[in-house]
Amino acid sequence: MTRTETNRSRSSNSNSENSGDGGGGTTGMRIIVPLQGVVQGRGGLFLGSVIPCAFFYFFQFYLKRNRKNESDNSGEQNSSASTPNSVSNSGFPDPTRSQSAGHLTELTGLPRSLSRILLSPRHSGGAVSVSGRVNSVIKGGDSPYYVGQKRVEEDPYDELGNPDGVIQLGLAQNNKLSLDDWDLENPKEAISDGLSISGIASYEPSDGLMELKMVVAGFMTEATKNSVSFDPSQLVLTSGASSATEILSFCLADSGNAFLVPTPCSPGYDRDIKWRTGVDIIHVPCRSADNFNISMVVLDRAFYQAKKRGVRIRGIIISNPSNPMGSLLSRENLYALLDFARERNIHIISNEIFAGSVHHEEDGEFVSMAEIVDTEENIDRERVHIVYDLSKDLSFPGLRSAAIYSFNESVLSASRKLTTLSPVSSPTQHLLISAISKPKFVQRFVNSNRQRLQSTYTLLVKGLKDLGIECTRSNGGFYCWADMRGLMSSYSEKGEIELWNKLLNIGKINVIPGSCCHCIEPGWFRFCFSNLSESDVPVVMNRIRKVCETCKSQN
Amino acid sequence: MRLIVPLRGVIQGRGGLFVGSLIPCCLFYFLQLYLKRRRPPPPSDPTELTRTSSRSNLFSRGNSIGRVRISSRAVPVAKPTDSAYYIGLERVKTDPYDRITNTDGIIQLGLAESTLCFDLLQKWMSENLMESIMQSNDGEFDISSIVMYKPFEGLLELRVAFADFMSRIMGGNVSFDPSNMVITAGGTPAIEVLAFCLADHGNAFLIPSPYYPGFDRDIKFRTGVELIPVHCRSSDNFTVTVSALEQTYNQARKRGSKVSGILFSNPSNPVGNILSRETLRDILIFAQDKNIHVISDEIFAGSVYGDKEFVSMAEIVGSGEFDKSRVHIIYGLSKDLSIPGFRAGVIYSFHEDVVNAATKLMRFSSVAVPVQRILISLLSDTRFIEEYMTAHRQRIRDKHILFVEGLKQLGIPCAESGGGLYCWVDMSSLLTSYSEKGELELFEKLLSVAKINATPGTACYCIEPGWFRCCFTALADEDIPVIMERIRKLAESSRS
Repeated sequence: MTRTETNRSRSSNSNSENSGDGGGGTTGMRIIVPLQGVVQGRGGLFLGSVIPCAFFYFFQFYLKRNRKNESDNSGEQNSSASTPNSVSNSGFPDPTRSQSAGHLTELTGLPRSLSRILLSPRHSGGAVSVSGRVNSVIKGGDSPYYVGQKRVEEDPYDELGNPDGVIQLGLAQNNKLSLDDWDLENPKEAISDGLSISGIASYEPSDGLMELKMVVAGFMTEATKNSVSFDPSQLVLTSGASSATEILSFCLADSGNAFLVPTPCSPGYDRDIKWRTGVDIIHVPCRSADNFNISMVVLDRAFYQAKKRGVRIRGIIISNPSNPMGSLLSRENLYALLDFARERNIHIISNEIFAGSVHHEEDGEFVSMAEIVDTEENIDRERVHIVYDLSKDLSFPGLRSAAIYSFNESVLSASRKLTTLSPVSSPTQHLLISAISKPKFVQRFVNSNRQRLQSTYTLLVKGLKDLGIECTRSNGGFYCWADMRGLMSSYSEKGEIELWNKLLNIGKINVIPGSCCHCIEPGWFRFCFSNLSESDVPVVMNRIRKVCETCKSQN
Repeated sequence: MRLIVPLRGVIQGRGGLFVGSLIPCCLFYFLQLYLKRRRPPPPSDPTELTRTSSRSNLFSRGNSIGRVRISSRAVPVAKPTDSAYYIGLERVKTDPYDRITNTDGIIQLGLAESTLCFDLLQKWMSENLMESIMQSNDGEFDISSIVMYKPFEGLLELRVAFADFMSRIMGGNVSFDPSNMVITAGGTPAIEVLAFCLADHGNAFLIPSPYYPGFDRDIKFRTGVELIPVHCRSSDNFTVTVSALEQTYNQARKRGSKVSGILFSNPSNPVGNILSRETLRDILIFAQDKNIHVISDEIFAGSVYGDKEFVSMAEIVGSGEFDKSRVHIIYGLSKDLSIPGFRAGVIYSFHEDVVNAATKLMRFSSVAVPVQRILISLLSDTRFIEEYMTAHRQRIRDKHILFVEGLKQLGIPCAESGGGLYCWVDMSSLLTSYSEKGELELFEKLLSVAKINATPGTACYCIEPGWFRCCFTALADEDIPVIMERIRKLAESSRS
């Protein structure tokens, strides 16, 4: 009984809402017409006209107030509403139908921007303009993250060739650590095995050959220590973790929706999620007092605040092992996150690109989200999506290959089609197959990789400690998260950027400041140590000491 | 309306002014009250989640946990396709023809790929593949040169080689500047990135139809850019005219869409004709007049076999009388070098912002470094390229003659064509009814009775029914009589 009633009031309610959205004029008319009857039928002219007048006035007033509140929001909703129409028609062979349908939505969707754009080229006389949305892409890239990368490119450190160059501690690639394990014999063999003409020259599935999916699934199982087995049919291969993240955000959220992202987070999300898909990120700050653990209370609050502003949250993105802190999420944490997602009916994207790079295993084990949902019902699995990057654990970012592992059939089938837009080329696929399909090699490789990470990490953290710089405890990935608050001239974001500048220009080391990772507390820096060999660590320490000294002398 | 209509009855029937106005007044007050209460949803409301989501979620309100939904823009992507082009491709996969093992399978005429020069490629690969990947300055192999991060827009060496190669296959009349070039993972990402850069969501490109059916996916899936077909007719041999462009442009404007550019393939896909210098100039003048972009898809530039000379848009715009910044060219190696598996394409643009943006966006679809290494040696081997291109053209020409002759003997004509890996076949004589429906019926019959997958004109947005695109470059000479026999049988059965 109660349910039918709520349904009814909901529908009448949505009627009135629709008419309100359609424009004040038409709605006003509908209300006035019957009231005119009052006036004419009775003849009580004064009352009969004052009352409707008053009604109309209040109604208009009401509409106006509402309109203003929702103007931003409704624009977004309109544009996102036009998306399914235009896309859904793409497959139809009938040209007239699909085109006209597209234009109808356009008319209602984007009238304002349209006229403005149409006017501007007339006046500017000739220069053809690029699309409005690409401007953010063009402008993006002046953050310290990109500035630092550029400096390294211009003047890279080399022990012998350029001992004064900038040392790269910003980019997560595994330069020196594991390449020796790619013994010369193996890649040659791998390449010659993999590259036969019939295989590489013709069209092959862009989401990955089944053969490759099987070995990747096997590798992921291996990397998670066989605690869960990955199903190759749930894998979609993409060219890099960036495109995997982008495809997932396209599939899970509409333009104008948002994801919750606990911070500090990977600096790459800003471009991977926002640039092309139009999805927003709502940062959920974690604090050093909690050891940067995700607090469910803060998550909850961020969720409702976003809702209040009318932003629809479609998911939460976590990274495990965490980027930039390098910490692992515990089983309890993962269950709590899954519960949170279930209660709010949202997706979870778990970024597990460093799953195979866990060092210091005595401090904690890596638990994949896939293991958590292994025992859950289907309805809950469908909200879980994992991004895995082959290039991190296997140290070949140049091969540009990553994978989406999802339990959601619709997401998988959409992603498969979208991989034609970021495909893994056939030679790469064959290279990967012959490289990873040798289980002994993989096992040895992963193990020695872990050992090297462990020893470099220990050296680096100890060195930093000697300089009075503490790091948070980390045991996964290529990073450590250093607390350099003591070296800042002022406790603010400005102070942090100043210090970063000093590190880059005086110390000649490129690290990532916390502000790039959207850390709410200034003074934290991400050191990526996978680029370092053990002999490089003292050099880095000397350089940091130099910076420390200049900081102290200034203070 | 529903709320108010009954009130009118109340008022007129009774006539009591006081009651008549009090009742609507109260109702109106309650409506307002209701609306107001409902606006900011109370955060503690447990049913709130279902309220924000759309109607279909109401059904799952019974159980406290709803199924999680994917984004509404991904729904059409996830759905099975209904374009005849993709349906045909899928069908072939289930039962592919093989000369020896599956002689009753479906013969693929739907996919523009070429196996004509595999022998040459095979030879090159077996001789040079290892060196191309393993090359290094000091003779010692350094694996980090192939597995580490490299610029996403392509190594400079590759862009130089690409520029040189493009100018070579385009007759040497035009040179390309590597700094205007961005290497992409195939033609598909290239066109998507350009669409993203040149048009906003809801804007449109004019596109002479019939056009390549894959554009629908490449462009519409994610960028939300519309494609407005400019219909070309068989009487003009499917060449676009300025008057048709003008008319479609004005119609689009009238409907309120903003046209951001014009996109066309040259040599055209699916017809295979080559745009003349005059047509290209006309298009440029038109674009300049309307201040819109020009995207020229020249992916078949090296697969020209007719007498007509191919002219690149870069050459026209290089003459200096036009504004360069609106011209963007797409090229790729999948067709001309027959290496689609390599997924190597290029965006060549004169617009600095577009090059910058595309460079950054290449993080999402870059070419893997080992593949770049192979391509560098392949494209710089000018002796091989010359040999290959000559053979490629000659072999397409021979195959084309064979295929078209075969059809001619069955009384099936083809449109005049000078480039591409396909021909545009007029099967209207086989149609049971001269309509789109008749064409799709024939497509189905070809697929299931004759076991041939050819792309019907409707998938390419052709307005005249009965045209089919047939790709003949993956066929062996002995396959052609088999195809002709199958078509002949079909024609006979439909006549009787």
